[in-house]
Amino acid sequence: MIEFLQTLGKSTRTSFTKLGRATYFLLQTLSGLFSVLPRPRLLLNQLYFVGVLSFLIITISGLFVGMVLGLQGYYILSDFGAEETLGLMVAASLVRELGPVVSALLFAGRAGSALTAEIGLMKATEQLSGIEMMAVDPIKRIISPRFLAGLLSMPLLAALFSAVGIIGGQLVGSGLLGVDEGAYWSQMQAKMDFQDDIVNGIIKSIVFGFVTTWIALFEGYDAIPTSEGVSRATTRTVVNSAFSILGLDFILTALMFGDD
Amino acid sequence: MQHTSTQDTLVGLFVAAGIAGLFFLSLQVSNLSSFYDKETYTITAHFENSGGLKVKSPVSAAGVKIGQVSAINFDPKTYQSVVTMKIEADYNTLPDDTTASIFTAGLLGEQYVNLEPGGSETFLQDNSTLDITQSAIILEKAIGQFLFKAAEEKK
Repeated sequence: MIEFLQTLGKSTRTSFTKLGRATYFLLQTLSGLFSVLPRPRLLLNQLYFVGVLSFLIITISGLFVGMVLGLQGYYILSDFGAEETLGLMVAASLVRELGPVVSALLFAGRAGSALTAEIGLMKATEQLSGIEMMAVDPIKRIISPRFLAGLLSMPLLAALFSAVGIIGGQLVGSGLLGVDEGAYWSQMQAKMDFQDDIVNGIIKSIVFGFVTTWIALFEGYDAIPTSEGVSRATTRTVVNSAFSILGLDFILTALMFGDD
Repeated sequence: MQHTSTQDTLVGLFVAAGIAGLFFLSLQVSNLSSFYDKETYTITAHFENSGGLKVKSPVSAAGVKIGQVSAINFDPKTYQSVVTMKIEADYNTLPDDTTASIFTAGLLGEQYVNLEPGGSETFLQDNSTLDITQSAIILEKAIGQFLFKAAEEKK
């Protein structure tokens, strides 16, 4: 019994210590952001690494998610003779929920894991210490540009995901299943609100980008510098990102779309 | 990691595509382009019961959308529902004896305000009030009355 309490207390303490380190790390990263601005090269490199290389998986997934929504939505809506609202259904579910959430999950799998592995290996091969020996702050040089790149890429990727998904839904809905194309767009435009839907979706994706990149970078920076440690850190990045994204999504949805 | 101009081009394309996606969402998907930049004037109408009318419900005349509901309040003195509507400034020739009624689009569709122009020579101004109104038909009430009547007749 005492032993159980001891392990419980110990693990609680370790997780709080880790949270504390993560917060300290975040503050350091944020203060390091100011030194990124005079070196746009670093940011551009990372935008390529984090954003451009995720472009393909995001757009293709978005297209297929939109097409599936179009198909499933059509089957259900046609039972009620409401196929015309297919556009609204596809757009609302993509812009409000699926766009930010699924693109963030894909982003965590594609870019987050890569960031963790890269930084974990830098630590394992003592490159971070090497940089520090040259009197260069690794946070400013390595971490902050990657953080900013993740923060900037995420809303763009989520917007692309939703946009491509809506087009995919239209392809299936009016191309294959015969929903009127004008009705598809006009129903959507009549009910989707810029402030309530589009802006809230973008806010969600910014929050997810922030959290995912933070977790990915911290897990890499905090990884045990062995090959096993790096592999564990990479797994933790994907698992923790997924938990945080889905949990935060619930909270954000409750806050944003509460009274309507 | 070396810098190449191809990489810069790809980053540029990525950012441009992302911004294009944002523009697509705001202009093609949402109603941003249709209403926000147009000038409007405000009119109010008092209803006995505004039913399921909501803020942003459409206001139409002869089936054409000419504005939207901007606020719905309860008047504690007259116990009426005060509906404030924003009408596009282009349509400033509505007579001041216009009738406002709350209709339902389809049997179970959303409710909207319908404006039926009267014959007056003077037009509605900003902040003017519509005097003739017709409340929403509450379906539950109508069914209740119908059932009650049917039961009475059976006796």
